[in-house]
Amino acid sequence: MTVKIYIPRDAAAIALGAEKVAKAMAEAIGARGLDATIVRNGSRGMHWLEPLVEVETADGRIAYGPVRARDVTSLLDAGLLEGGDHALCLGKTEEIPFLKQQTRLTFARCGIIDPLSLDDYQAHGGLTGLRNAIAMAPEAIVAQVTESGLRGRGGAGFPTGIKWKTVLEAAGARKYIVCNADEGDSGTFADRMIMEGDPFVLIEGMAIAGIATGATKGFIYTRSEYPHAIAAMAEAIEIARKAGVLGPSVLGSGRAFDMEVREGAGAYVCGEETALLNSLEGKRGIVRAKPPLPAHKGLFDCPTVINNVISLASVPIIMDKGAAYYRDFGMGRSRGTIPIQIAGNIKHAGLFETAFGLALGEIIDHIGGGTASGRPVKAVQVGGPLGAYFPRALFDTPFDYEAFAARDGLIGHAGIVVFDDTVDMLHQARFAMEFCAVESCGKCTPCRIGSTRGVEVADKIAAGIEPEKNRELLADLCNTMKFGSLCALGGFTPYPVMSAMTHFPDDFQPAPRVEAAE
Amino acid sequence: MNIHQPRTDIAETTLAIVEELKALEGPLLPILHELQQEFGYVPQDCLPVIARELNLSRAEVYGVMTFYHDFREHPAGRHVLKLCRAEACQSMGGDQLAERAKRLLGIDFHQTTPDGAVTLEPVYCLGLCSCAPSAMLDGEVHARLDATDLEALVQEARR
Repeated sequence: MTVKIYIPRDAAAIALGAEKVAKAMAEAIGARGLDATIVRNGSRGMHWLEPLVEVETADGRIAYGPVRARDVTSLLDAGLLEGGDHALCLGKTEEIPFLKQQTRLTFARCGIIDPLSLDDYQAHGGLTGLRNAIAMAPEAIVAQVTESGLRGRGGAGFPTGIKWKTVLEAAGARKYIVCNADEGDSGTFADRMIMEGDPFVLIEGMAIAGIATGATKGFIYTRSEYPHAIAAMAEAIEIARKAGVLGPSVLGSGRAFDMEVREGAGAYVCGEETALLNSLEGKRGIVRAKPPLPAHKGLFDCPTVINNVISLASVPIIMDKGAAYYRDFGMGRSRGTIPIQIAGNIKHAGLFETAFGLALGEIIDHIGGGTASGRPVKAVQVGGPLGAYFPRALFDTPFDYEAFAARDGLIGHAGIVVFDDTVDMLHQARFAMEFCAVESCGKCTPCRIGSTRGVEVADKIAAGIEPEKNRELLADLCNTMKFGSLCALGGFTPYPVMSAMTHFPDDFQPAPRVEAAE
Repeated sequence: MNIHQPRTDIAETTLAIVEELKALEGPLLPILHELQQEFGYVPQDCLPVIARELNLSRAEVYGVMTFYHDFREHPAGRHVLKLCRAEACQSMGGDQLAERAKRLLGIDFHQTTPDGAVTLEPVYCLGLCSCAPSAMLDGEVHARLDATDLEALVQEARR
């Protein structure tokens, strides 16, 4: 029987040499005349072990990593095809603690299947949710999504079902499903991993959204920085179209739904939903004032569902296993699972999907294993460049929308960036303002001008110019930006700035100037 | 002669690209991407053609093109090295790496080496935050970079 060897095609694995490993492996298989085939799967999300090579054995999949091209010979010599022992052998993949502790619902197939095999997808439960949805009335689909408690995974946490209900009830000759895949936050890569590792789940989720709301066209708006994701999505859409999953009659239902991938052009603000819609229309990515809501007047002024990748990719399992199955995970008003992305200066970096409610410290110290540098953790930024910096004192905060909000933070897209004690928090606060200045769309004054003034004030504090007065000024400026900006870019930039100033006041004390004694 | 003569080959290529993509809903960004792919930048001479064909003003097309960081008004070097400057990469020494790259190339961000070999650009996140710091050389991704890796990348780009 032909042995399957899995070598990821995920961009993180490729950035760490997976292409070279795959090439060396293919050559070695050929030269040795082995009965083996290489499957380019998605990533399992254990990025410190990438490229992670797996082999399918009678006992299950055995993992090896991190593998380099030069390890291929010794791996085959050690009996890789039978799961033989080797210095890089990690045992059964499923038994690796980082993976074993997870609850994978949205990422159930990621890293396991061939991302571009629709047969593989269906063999692992794919399309069941869409088939169920087709047999239901639109109102019933929307009700099931609402009952699951699913909230927008892009960061705002708005109930997905309510959004869908608004679009279902909105009158319009044409309606759209727009997938926000403009994953620009540092520390986040869940959208990228799904698009590269299980693109059909996103297609299925969008098709369900289309059938539920009466929309016939979908767009995935993603980033030009994600060429691998764009290629995988475009190919998967083509396969789905040929198989009749997309097109004039979705799975023979008589209901039409089709979609395409669109590439952004390096503007962070296009992750804001109304700027994204403008960009899709071919305009500058300027934020729109709300109302009207996109659900009423969205893309080309038509009723539009705009959801994050992970929200849409979580819908198929809800339609497959039922609302209660999903809702039973989680805590408080945060239901289901969340793919936490652990990044930055951390030993075990990667994607960890789990039910809401895990304490921040548990994630950093136990799952992540502390810093990569071995130095103490000083701060973690949760929720991207607009998220707050938390000190160790707040590590008991449970991963939950409301719990983070209560501590002046946000979950955002669930990315965590860890910093060790060498970080200068005044520098980080200044960077937050600088980033806002570079990326501001320019429509509202607090964001456009406030961010530039913020950089200047931070520089004055660093230079020791009237520090007391300038700290007050920075806080006042943050207040204006928070309440006066049109969207989250200007409105949330104060989170990293104020949290840095509140929790790390020592870094905002200028270095004492050396003055002459007399 | 200081009268600007639009290059006819640019206008013709632009027209062909616009014709091909015009039927898309919201075709402007796909058109600009295609032009940049074709020429390596978006030449000024493209803009009036796009404006005429899409029934927009030239100011609108120029406004869109210059809003997005990706679109270049001038040709880049033969190789483009993008270094991630966002927080996750900062936490793993991205700032020091950027300084090193600047020193090795003798240029700042948004500049091209005098021999036209390399353009250095910042990028705010390649989604490789779990294996920082990261970079992209001509569309190829590289992660967990140290000083030696960076030197190898710069050397490769210099050729």
